[in-house]
Amino acid sequence: MPSFQLLDQSLVTGLLTGGLYGLLALGLSLSWGLLRLVNIGHFAIALLGAYLTWWMGTALGIAPWWAGIVIVAAFFLYGVGLHWVFMRFAVTEMASMLITFALAVIIESILQFIWTADFRRYETAWGSQSWIVGSLYVPKLSLIAFLVAAALATGTWAWLRYTYVGRALRACAEDAPIAAAFGINHRGLSFLLSGLCAAYAGVAGVFIALIATLAPSQIWTWVGVVFAVVIIGRLGNPLGALMGGILIGVCEAVTMAVVDPSWAPLVSFSVLIALLLFKPRWI
Amino acid sequence: MDLSRHRAALVAALAAAAILIVLPATSIPPYYIAFLYLIFFWIAMATSWTILSGFAGYWSFGHAAFFGTGVYTSATLATKFGWPFLATLPAAAALAATLGTGIGWIVFRLQRLRGELFALMTISVTFVVAAIISNTPIDGGSGVYLISVAMPEFFGSQDGTIYTLGLAFAAFSLGVAWWVYRSRMGLGLFAIHDDEDVAEVKGVPTFRYKLGAIALSSGIAGAVGGVYSIYVSYVTVGETFEITVIMYPVVMSIFGGSRHWLGPALGATIVTIALYGFPSGPEAALARGGIALGLILVVLLLPEGVMPSLMRWWRALAPRRLVPMPVLPQPLVPEPRKAETGAALAGQSVPVLECREVWKTFGGVQALKGVSLDVRQGEILGLVGPNGSGKSTLINVITGHFKLDRGSIVFDGAPIGDLPAHRVARLGIARSYQIPRPFNRLTVLDNVALAASFGDGRTEGEARRMAAHWLGYTGLARKAFEYPPKLNLHERKFLELARGLAARPRVLMLDEVLSGLNNTEIDEALTLIRDIRTRGTTIIFVEHLMRAVVALSDRVAVLNGGALIALGTPAETMRDSEVISVYLGKAHAS
Repeated sequence: MPSFQLLDQSLVTGLLTGGLYGLLALGLSLSWGLLRLVNIGHFAIALLGAYLTWWMGTALGIAPWWAGIVIVAAFFLYGVGLHWVFMRFAVTEMASMLITFALAVIIESILQFIWTADFRRYETAWGSQSWIVGSLYVPKLSLIAFLVAAALATGTWAWLRYTYVGRALRACAEDAPIAAAFGINHRGLSFLLSGLCAAYAGVAGVFIALIATLAPSQIWTWVGVVFAVVIIGRLGNPLGALMGGILIGVCEAVTMAVVDPSWAPLVSFSVLIALLLFKPRWI
Repeated sequence: MDLSRHRAALVAALAAAAILIVLPATSIPPYYIAFLYLIFFWIAMATSWTILSGFAGYWSFGHAAFFGTGVYTSATLATKFGWPFLATLPAAAALAATLGTGIGWIVFRLQRLRGELFALMTISVTFVVAAIISNTPIDGGSGVYLISVAMPEFFGSQDGTIYTLGLAFAAFSLGVAWWVYRSRMGLGLFAIHDDEDVAEVKGVPTFRYKLGAIALSSGIAGAVGGVYSIYVSYVTVGETFEITVIMYPVVMSIFGGSRHWLGPALGATIVTIALYGFPSGPEAALARGGIALGLILVVLLLPEGVMPSLMRWWRALAPRRLVPMPVLPQPLVPEPRKAETGAALAGQSVPVLECREVWKTFGGVQALKGVSLDVRQGEILGLVGPNGSGKSTLINVITGHFKLDRGSIVFDGAPIGDLPAHRVARLGIARSYQIPRPFNRLTVLDNVALAASFGDGRTEGEARRMAAHWLGYTGLARKAFEYPPKLNLHERKFLELARGLAARPRVLMLDEVLSGLNNTEIDEALTLIRDIRTRGTTIIFVEHLMRAVVALSDRVAVLNGGALIALGTPAETMRDSEVISVYLGKAHAS
């Protein structure tokens, strides 16, 4: 039986990891819920962002925040471009999965070709710094990532709820032709949203580079976890994505502490199965 | 004419099969035998993927999970339990099919997002199965050697056995795909692909068919995996659950054409040969990216695959007499119903359908608040009410598309409130859709034949002949081999009617069949509806057009705000003060 100290620590770790899951789930949830496009390539983009942050930092000596600005801007454009392709070919929800799955494979293969399948670690001065609260370690970077995730999720939620643009987006998701009849520029808004989703992946990527060890195949370990988060948090709901992320993060961390780290991949899957068996109304 | 073409194709296929079967007995170099095995392997994988994903449109990213389950079942049983190798293959198939069916059972019950969730579940399950296998003694992370497993030797070598097994499973998967494609089940799966809700309401047992398809699909992948384990003779988690195992069957099927039973085999052969010089080392990663790029291009530019283009090309090239134009089957007139000569019975008020205190809520909205309504044998019941009054909800509850919250629905003395929609359809309740919802990738004839087959329980041939009859009846015979998107609104409305009639329902619910039609077309439709009633079908007629309701109905039921406010002859209901206030406002009511 693990000590309470270990359990408490794993709760903190899970909470912070959950923030990162929530950050990854945010863009996915928005594009699935509001654009009806299921973007499996989202994880690949995030990992690409992480590799770029690491590469700019180690090879070019660019600080992560500057790298982050470049990446977020570039990814926004990528998101807009991707959406242009989807609109141009009138891609359906199911076809969007196939296409973005293939995109993920392409990005993985490029990462592997350039930087090989070896693990990469971005060593920074503050990478291993922690605050000590009582008997618990709170890694600074993870906490910052968590706070950023919470701020973005809350901000996006408020944006969707209280601004004209946000309401228009939700109206489009409900019924695009009717929304268009009321004069909402669906095309323009969907480009904006798609760009934003990719930009969120960029933000997540920067933190992944700083916190985690990088390997190209990591794309696939996230797919199951983050999709479970998106479903749990309800499609298109930014706060739900964050909450779902925290739930899964904590469940995983506790499992790792109590059972064994290698069983962590089963956690999100089991939660998802349980949820689907229960069939809540929002699914 | 038609026979000779088929005979020629059959002879050619048999000759090719015979050559392939005896090939290992010849002095052909082992290298080619191994290469052919790989082609068979991918044919079986791609074809099995298509049985569910191509036909029914539920895209699986989990073929690696089913395949891997098979690989490790055979490997474990053969090495750790000492089973004879051939005996492990049925176990491999069974376990993989169980996994597939389990996922299907969980996801296919959902009303929304089932396609997307199925795809995502299949991705996750791949990694979960991989994690379980590598964390437990099944593999333990070090891989399993099958070198010492005894194998029967066909044609004097183990390679011959592997080749023969590969060929057998490729042939088996093609046989299954062909059989499904040609059967009622195939028609049902294609309908599910186009519009699952409508398929269910037309009588297709969608849940059962999807489970059947995934069981076949994953079972074949499992058996193929079993053979593959002995082919590689050293299995590892990393290679078994590789992303390419997920991707290749998808690429091959879609490239070949995933709506035809032979498409995936064609795609598998072409892609496998193209991958012949597949590089290893760092370039292998790039090559994988190249395949993925190919997948994107195929999905965007060639969504139907090469098979349809190939068939068009063959039609254009082959002499006319070899490829006959499709001919409408000889119409088969359905026998009239006994003791149900409509109008004669209308006076007698025998209830055929009874709704008792039916309640239905959506979220916070009460769509039906305790509606009680009898529908009498042989009558035309007009159902009217303002928009949002619950007319469509009532129809959807009666057909079983929505589950009712409270109350009961009795049809012919038996409760039907809890039955799934396809059972209700089969009992003899059919509907048409206000906005026509034909299956867009089935021909007009097949659209109607599907309703005859599933709604009326007809065999394949009979259903098509019956469909020909109803197309003649509704004046659509000329359009039998067109696809619904080519029809105009008027024709699509009549296609809805033909589909409803082909099920030979006891009760036919017509949801605003007249909206959008011009005056001549309306008169035409009214004549048709009267005629349908005289043939013994009870009709519930939902309509906004009062002229038609008054002219046609024996009784009129008025819904408002989810409650029944009036029921009686057209003249009575039109005088009812509450009805007048609902339709014309309070001031006119007094």
